[in-house]
Amino acid sequence: MSNSAGIADMLIPQLGIVKNIRTDTPDVKTFRVEAPSGGVIFPHMPGQCAMVSIPGIGEAMFSITSSPTNTEFMEFSIKRAGYLTEWLHQMDVGQQVTVRGPYGNAFPVDTELRGKDLLFIAGGIGLAPLRSVINYVRHYRDRYGLVDIVYGARSTDDLVDIDEIRNEWIGHDNVNVHLTIDRQQEGWNGHVGFVPDYVKELKFPTTKTALICGPPIMIKFVLAALQTLGFDKSQVYTTFELRMKCGIGKCGRCNIGSKYVCKDGPVFRCDTMEELPDEY
Amino acid sequence: MMLKLSKDKIGELFQKLASSRTLYLPIDNNGQVNFGQWTPDAVVRLDQLKTVKSAKDFFFPQTENIVAFKRQGKDISIIENRDQNEPFVVFGVRGCDARSLDILDKVFLCDPVDSFYKARRENGVIVSMACAEPEETCFCGVFGIDAAEPQGDVTIRIIGDNLYWDGKTEKGKALGESVKDLLVQATGQDLEIIKKQDERSREILSMLPLGDLSLDGFEESALLEKFNSPLWKELSQACVGCGTCTYVCPTCQCYDIQDFDTGHGIQRFRCWDSCMYSDFTLMAHGNSRKSQMERFRQRFMHKLIYYPANNDGVYSCVGCGRCVAKCPISMNIAKVIRALGVSVSV
Repeated sequence: MSNSAGIADMLIPQLGIVKNIRTDTPDVKTFRVEAPSGGVIFPHMPGQCAMVSIPGIGEAMFSITSSPTNTEFMEFSIKRAGYLTEWLHQMDVGQQVTVRGPYGNAFPVDTELRGKDLLFIAGGIGLAPLRSVINYVRHYRDRYGLVDIVYGARSTDDLVDIDEIRNEWIGHDNVNVHLTIDRQQEGWNGHVGFVPDYVKELKFPTTKTALICGPPIMIKFVLAALQTLGFDKSQVYTTFELRMKCGIGKCGRCNIGSKYVCKDGPVFRCDTMEELPDEY
Repeated sequence: MMLKLSKDKIGELFQKLASSRTLYLPIDNNGQVNFGQWTPDAVVRLDQLKTVKSAKDFFFPQTENIVAFKRQGKDISIIENRDQNEPFVVFGVRGCDARSLDILDKVFLCDPVDSFYKARRENGVIVSMACAEPEETCFCGVFGIDAAEPQGDVTIRIIGDNLYWDGKTEKGKALGESVKDLLVQATGQDLEIIKKQDERSREILSMLPLGDLSLDGFEESALLEKFNSPLWKELSQACVGCGTCTYVCPTCQCYDIQDFDTGHGIQRFRCWDSCMYSDFTLMAHGNSRKSQMERFRQRFMHKLIYYPANNDGVYSCVGCGRCVAKCPISMNIAKVIRALGVSVSV
């Protein structure tokens, strides 16, 4: 058994080179990574993750935020939160990293989501996995219906990838972007308030299929808000993150009940979560 | 075909087995019996029912190298340096430990295959040994294991002055070939003796205090009911989170991956980990299992509900009883089964 690159075990990584580092917010940077020979290190689908490492510093799971339609490079939006991510934030362009994956399932972009009106709801760094889907959907625009994006962060400074949102997403055919920040700030003309409340205010019709990602508490409240609007859990997808080491359902730590987030997830349709314990 | 050799030739058997491959068997080392490599002066203890640690070490070692790296400036080189392994025999594996490999196989050999484990499985031959005198901590029968005639590539029984050798698989028969000079065919009388011991062993097992444990009610459909049981709090109250149960358990498979700076580079290795430890699930934004109660619950839910849900109803316990013997607060899976099973009203 070997992974997509013919390497003898899924635990053995491949090399990548950091080609560009973009500072998105005070604690989020987006890293552009290419294979040493150029291009992506391996293909993936929207929602899948990869283990990124600096040997000797650490290895951790990150969602691949670039779209599979981008075959030139892979991108990871990473929040500074611990030892490894602090190191990644300090590194310079040209640094080599190791990458292994892709891990997990993906949002069902070529099956259940085809032809649907899509509602993306993200909070903070939770935009990272959804950005891959959004850009995939924008690439194959005619395969999907209306697109609404609700995105919120603590402040304007904490909106990840705001340039792409402003310059590319807003104004794209039938793409509506709804931004919100937690508290009023000078110079902000947009909505102020938490994401779950904003979702309720926007009164989305229940014909849409929703994709949520954010902090666990936000996911829970957004799901409740959507149910208030009349959505069924089967119309809502979310993606999780728990501590992972192997990425292949063997090291034993990222389970929610009998499901491993790294293997059976990270994407779950919310009605399937009903059978699982509330332990995330 | 049942073969035998006289017990006084057992040293010759070990010597011969060890001449073509590494031979591991229960060895007394300062009062603790564990599987170790045979040497002519090793104190072999085939009479010891339970080694402290199980035989899983030979297939899923407590630590093993995965890959190494060198970092120079911004550059990284990846150096494949997995531990090599050669043909080996694990001799004297009891029925519980022999079955535990089936349980580990389902984890490590399912797609994507763990190539480290697979190589060891392919290189290893299991010589299992029948239990003549099961102890009161044993409850393998609850999981359908026959300690009187355990599975394995070869099954041996030691009765009276003889060691009986029963080659079962291709691998086992090939191993028998390699020592055939020492083995002779068992007689009809021998078969009668074996039959008697098997019956006696099964009789003992049926009378053991944990032999009547019932797994009724531990099924996937009861996942939420069991998870939400108020009993976990009481059951876990005294748990100190030492993780001993997970280290002596033949079916615990959780692992960690860590890097070690050797001074000449970075060695990435994997090692056993334990769901009983607080940093097992600790993340930058918090911990999905904050309390010892949650961690304790995870371990037993995994063995009795989650693992079976993913593996055709097979429980991830073989009733070896090591946790029963070793837990410093005398809590164990048998007590959990009794408390949460359907037969006890809450």
